Amino acid sequence: MKLTKTALIGLGIAGALGASPVLAADQYVGMPSYRVGPYAAGGSGIFGGMIDYFQMINARDGGVNGVKLTWEECETEYNNARGVECYERMKKNGPTGNTVFHPLSTGITYSVIDRATADRIPVISVGYGRTDASDGRVFPYIFPLITNYWSQNTVKIKFIGMKEGGMDKLKGKKIVNLYHDSAYGKETIPVLDVQAKMYGFTVTHLAVAHPGNEQQSQWLQIRQIKPDWVILRGWGVMNPTALKTAAKVGFPRNKVLGVWWSGAEEDVIPAGSAATGYIAAGFNVSGTNYPVMKDIQKYVVAKGKSNMEDKSRVGSAYYNRGVVHGILTVEAIRNAQEKFGKGKSITGEQMRWGIENLDLDDKKIKALGATGFLPPLHVSCSNHEGSGLVKFQRWDGKQWKVITDWIQSDQKIVRPMVEESAAKYAKEKGLKLRDCSKEG
Amino acid sequence: MLYREAGQFKASYKADQQIFPIRQDRIAIGLILAFFYLVVPFIADQYWLQAIIIPVLIFSLAAIGLNILTGYAGQLSLGSAAFMAVGAFGAYNFMLRVPGMPILAAFVLGGLCAAAVGILFGLPSLRIKGFYLAVATLAAQFFIVWALTKFGWFSNNSSSGVITAQKVEILGYTFASPRSKYLITLVVVTLLALAAKNMARSTVGRAWMAVRDMDVAAEVIGIRLMRTKLMAFAMSSFYCGVAGALYAYTYLGTVEPEGFNLDLSFRILFMIIIGGVGTVLGSFLGAAFIVLLPIGLDNLLPVLFGNVLPTGITSNLQLIVFGGLIIFFLIVEPHGLARLWQIGKEKLRLWPFPH
Repeated sequence: MKLTKTALIGLGIAGALGASPVLAADQYVGMPSYRVGPYAAGGSGIFGGMIDYFQMINARDGGVNGVKLTWEECETEYNNARGVECYERMKKNGPTGNTVFHPLSTGITYSVIDRATADRIPVISVGYGRTDASDGRVFPYIFPLITNYWSQNTVKIKFIGMKEGGMDKLKGKKIVNLYHDSAYGKETIPVLDVQAKMYGFTVTHLAVAHPGNEQQSQWLQIRQIKPDWVILRGWGVMNPTALKTAAKVGFPRNKVLGVWWSGAEEDVIPAGSAATGYIAAGFNVSGTNYPVMKDIQKYVVAKGKSNMEDKSRVGSAYYNRGVVHGILTVEAIRNAQEKFGKGKSITGEQMRWGIENLDLDDKKIKALGATGFLPPLHVSCSNHEGSGLVKFQRWDGKQWKVITDWIQSDQKIVRPMVEESAAKYAKEKGLKLRDCSKEG
Repeated sequence: MLYREAGQFKASYKADQQIFPIRQDRIAIGLILAFFYLVVPFIADQYWLQAIIIPVLIFSLAAIGLNILTGYAGQLSLGSAAFMAVGAFGAYNFMLRVPGMPILAAFVLGGLCAAAVGILFGLPSLRIKGFYLAVATLAAQFFIVWALTKFGWFSNNSSSGVITAQKVEILGYTFASPRSKYLITLVVVTLLALAAKNMARSTVGRAWMAVRDMDVAAEVIGIRLMRTKLMAFAMSSFYCGVAGALYAYTYLGTVEPEGFNLDLSFRILFMIIIGGVGTVLGSFLGAAFIVLLPIGLDNLLPVLFGNVLPTGITSNLQLIVFGGLIIFFLIVEPHGLARLWQIGKEKLRLWPFPH
């Protein structure tokens, strides 16, 4: 009541002075962050990057078309039940409720799919979460943007093919898939099996029990198999341990290929010199040598407003991944405003339209100052992934060096599997597919 | 003053043995039940129902399960979360593979699957005790989660091992709204809690307690150890299994085996330690404490310190305060919150003339 009164008085004064209306709209984003526990490095880096990007947009542009971004954090401890509580707590906050939910945990993503769809709040899971949600006909509110695990995996095999001198050279090669024994780790087994049959290489799946700080037996087995490549599908402490153990058994690290959850500074620095030469995939790159990062440095970090407690992490893989999350969120909001009214707070449902019709081509990415920072993206009703492009980086002992351009994934393999899996889900749940030809 | 038994005479064995012998208790329980059945569905909003009350009820059920095993029968277990997983995956598979399966029957069958697995992992209890048994149940925890991830059949060959709960439907009515989900959870939890309370007072419960207090003595007076211990394992796992099924069907909707990890087992163990070992009331108090306190702190601390401290520190502060409070309660009252209520009750009964 009091606030309204103050606002009204403020409006009256502003009107009397002939100024433009001061009641600026807000756009609220609830963030289920995790800054404690074993995965705190990821949580603090990614949410820190996202918050810094939002701060930069507010400071540099005054928000999105004048709509200031606001946010709130809720600690989940990477725990599904806490994540659901955060989702429920934040969904009604802000002028139009939570605009978009970034679970940043595959488990929490699964736990909120039904709720978010019922509440009409879009969920963005960049590079994690439910792979078959790429089929937007079954999952209208779930967006595993940029690349899902299966796409990433086809790119990795492509990369190995490039290194071996052509996809036909893969015949007879041996690849070991060393995976974290969890839902996340198991996710790529079927697609690898399909590819092994297609290209004629053999693949051995070796599981590492959570948390993965003991891998002696797996690496001795790898030494017996003598594979040409090892795909490291790790998470958290499993990654540096794998690299250290590989060094111990004498497996060359430049034949170890990590996924993007194995490709941050936090994954290699603890392994020390054992990590040198290790290659990891990524849908974003490390470093600060991009105009968008320069702006964050100028408007946020230099002013002492950065969310990061450790300023040296600005520009690290996790931080930059958070900036990518920020860019996608802000651009989707901008896109939705174009359709539903500039300078207004948009609702979750409008945001869903904004994400589904997001089209970031090279020109737009250049305007954002992020050329090479994130891949071009074209989301559509049926394709909620939107890109499928991956880069590779090599750890030179001090920093990540980008060694390839964006490599296209093999959607001929991935898409039918996604559709099959999504159709199975739809059948189990009794869902009707959306007809994408009727979507505007 | 209000809480005085003067004038309440028990004229029959039946009256003496009833579940709540004091009239005030009966009235209070009636009022509490009425509150939760008739008032809460109308005053609580979606957030309270879905994010607070339903999980507290489900965890209370799991805590009752562990309390049966640890509190009444004295067998330490670290596998409660795994038994919850068996219940959830069991119910899912019955719903999936048996056409026209009624949901409540699936819950019971899921619970029975958990009971069977519980008996299997309870076998070592016949030979080993205490901490050694805890380690044996730890094997259950890891084995079950591993098996559910490893064999695709359990999750209907989902590539990530995740299951999505089917619709909850009884006699054509779909339980989709938070209120209806809350009510079905409440009904299941009330019935099972009442059953547990009764079981604890019956022959079975007395046998459990005899085994807990000294198993050699129990054997001497004619209690069959094997049957009693395995019964405790079966009952406990059944409760955990039903809790797991509810966790999947009325709370999260989609669950992965990893969600039922050791961490959750420990949380359930903390619930009964904080709430009170060997009491049904303690299971509810402990579950409420462990679920609500971190959420409360997460709401409170940023308000108090949000402007002064970075969020990373307030997040860590929550854990510190939470841990500190647990230690405080254990020092002040090692027998748990339920014991506090019991002491209060004794005092009230004597008030105002304690001597």
